[in-house]
Amino acid sequence: MKKIRIIVCAKQIPDPEAPLSDVSVDAENKEIVVDAPQVINPFDENALEAAIQLKEDTDAKITVLSMGKKVSDTVLRKTLAAGADELILLEDNAFEKLDSHSVACVLADAIRKIDKYDLVLTGRQAGDWDSGQVGLILGEMLSLPCISLARDIRIADGSVAVKKTHPEGYERVRARMPALVTVSNEVGELRYISRTRMLKMLRGAASISSWNSEDFDVACESLMKAEVVELLSPSDMGRDCRFIEGATADEQAEKLAAVFMELR
Amino acid sequence: MNEVLILGEVRAGSLDKHTLELLNIGKNLASDLDGGLFVVLIGDGLLAAAKEALSYGPDKVFKVEHALLNNFNADFWLESLEQAVKQINPKILLMSHSFIGMELGPRLACRLDTRLTTDCIDLSINPARGPGEDGLLLRTKPVSGGNAISVFKCQGVPQMATLRANVYKPAKTADSQGEIVDMAPEIDESIVRVESLEIVKEDVIALDKADVVIAGGAGLGDEDGFEILEDLTRVLNKSFNNVMIGCSRVAVDKGWISPDHQVGLTGTIISPDIYVAVGISGAIQHLVGMVQSKKIIAINPDSGCNMFKVADYGVVEDYETIIPLLAKKLEELS
Ligand SMILES: Cc1cc2nc3c(=O)[nH]c(=O)nc-3n(C[C@H](O)[C@H](O)[C@H](O)COP(=O)(O)OP(=O)(O)OC[C@H]3O[C@@H](n4cnc5c(N)ncnc54)[C@H](O)[C@@H]3O)c2cc1C
Ligand SMILES: Nc1ncnc2c1ncn2[C@@H]1O[C@H](COP(=O)(O)O)[C@@H](O)[C@H]1O
Repeated sequence: MKKIRIIVCAKQIPDPEAPLSDVSVDAENKEIVVDAPQVINPFDENALEAAIQLKEDTDAKITVLSMGKKVSDTVLRKTLAAGADELILLEDNAFEKLDSHSVACVLADAIRKIDKYDLVLTGRQAGDWDSGQVGLILGEMLSLPCISLARDIRIADGSVAVKKTHPEGYERVRARMPALVTVSNEVGELRYISRTRMLKMLRGAASISSWNSEDFDVACESLMKAEVVELLSPSDMGRDCRFIEGATADEQAEKLAAVFMELR
Repeated sequence: MNEVLILGEVRAGSLDKHTLELLNIGKNLASDLDGGLFVVLIGDGLLAAAKEALSYGPDKVFKVEHALLNNFNADFWLESLEQAVKQINPKILLMSHSFIGMELGPRLACRLDTRLTTDCIDLSINPARGPGEDGLLLRTKPVSGGNAISVFKCQGVPQMATLRANVYKPAKTADSQGEIVDMAPEIDESIVRVESLEIVKEDVIALDKADVVIAGGAGLGDEDGFEILEDLTRVLNKSFNNVMIGCSRVAVDKGWISPDHQVGLTGTIISPDIYVAVGISGAIQHLVGMVQSKKIIAINPDSGCNMFKVADYGVVEDYETIIPLLAKKLEELS
């Protein structure tokens, strides 16, 4: 059987699960300041996990694409440690703060250069701007069949079969490849990567290439930045918590039960 | 071409509640623009729903009907909606940030070469009279999970946004002088690229209907933790109506529970009378889904966790100790 080529789009973002105290809003510069390390967008890790599972069943090559003004290969090398074969970083000053449509443009141009592929996977949404658009726009730009919110992905006989989230349960769908699938968290967390493996991958030689706008045919003049008119802090969500104490757990439970009865 | 067009959704023959919310915000925007308010409905056999839509006072209701549009199929619906929007040519196009809107929005924006802002909580018009004023749609949206609120402005026609559910009040019925306009989409089987094989119905719960939600997270440790929570809901059911089980995303990721139970940004956003967070740390993406609850009770051995910051009552304790004891006490009291 022929080797399947899977492209996974992965975005590097400040840890979206950083504690609230490490996040602040710089209204002046319209920027969110996050005092936390950069990570791979969690849903993109789910997408990678789905790709690796496919690779376990079929002969597949996984290429990870990540785009930005500057992308850290130390963050993205985790994808190689997990089981991806190749990492392509799309880096250029022109790629800073683009709107979703323009991000998809750049990714589409890079994918056209890769040329031969069967499946493009993206996360359902990136946790920095929570836009949830790039995947489907990309699919449209590449004129691919688009499947969103996958919770299970299989391939057989040139088709991709997906269980996609549905308000009443799930829907079983199928499309000819090449196709685009956006991945939801139900496919499962990215597999555990041992420390030794991770360290080896951080130090060792790896298949990483870096493309700037001159390395592939990207229409930079048409790229647009997202225009933020205003950035505000959210309203305060804090409440005064009354801690229910007690000499024993039994006493605490009794007091808590009384709270429920009061609220009835 | 100063019209505001909203995509209405029909559920079991009548308008979806969130469509009424769109009608409300759409009416405000249309009046700011001195333009009309239009509704487009897609499906098959829509007359009753179109009449219902008309009762909220829009100027026109476009009825896009075709036998192939009977159930939601993204390929058919997208093509039909694209054709309709090109014909109607509105200034603003709004959809719910629903299952349908999340899929059609980005794809349609791409096809129309315009820009979409998703999951907005407010929309307004930047006036077109003074300097720096351009009549564009200002799109207010929580970003970074809810750590900030951003107001975006984008070029492109139509101006497109999807609206978060339950933020705007539903429209009230109004004088209806409007008309129903029939539209026949040109579609056939050949445009389908994603074939729907089967919709597998699961026993999904309507979490937004719950009065009390007992939610479990990673802190439960395993699937069996939800059984302990189930025992508690059984007892609470004697004193409260509609007690349901919720969860954090991690519980879904681990396969302990199905996704319809998930509360939060990519789950359901709810505001029950009582929300009990058990073993949930309080990440922002979870908090946005439940901070509007009337009373919040948190159970977590980590007294420093975020959940306590938004809670009214807290118990710093292992859930396996406290929940069974609580269920027993409640049993005695009820
Ligand atoms: C774009 C995006 C969208 C997201 N959408 C959602 C969403 O919709 N909903 C959602 O929930 N998350 C969402 N997340 C994930 C979110 O950021 C957090 O990862 C998640 O909410 C954490 O779940 P948790 O609190 O159960 O787990 P953890 O953060 O691991 O917390 C577990 C808690 O359990 C406590 N605990 C441990 N042992 C016990 C015990 N014996 N008894 C009681 N407590 C115990 C711990 O002290 C800890 O506080 C999203 C993330 C991103 C990036
Ligand atoms: N800069 C980027 N580089 C690689 N992939 C991206 C980038 N931005 C978005 N994506 C992909 O598109 C998905 C949706 O992103 P968004 O529309 O920004 O929420 C993400 O989960 C990624 O898979």
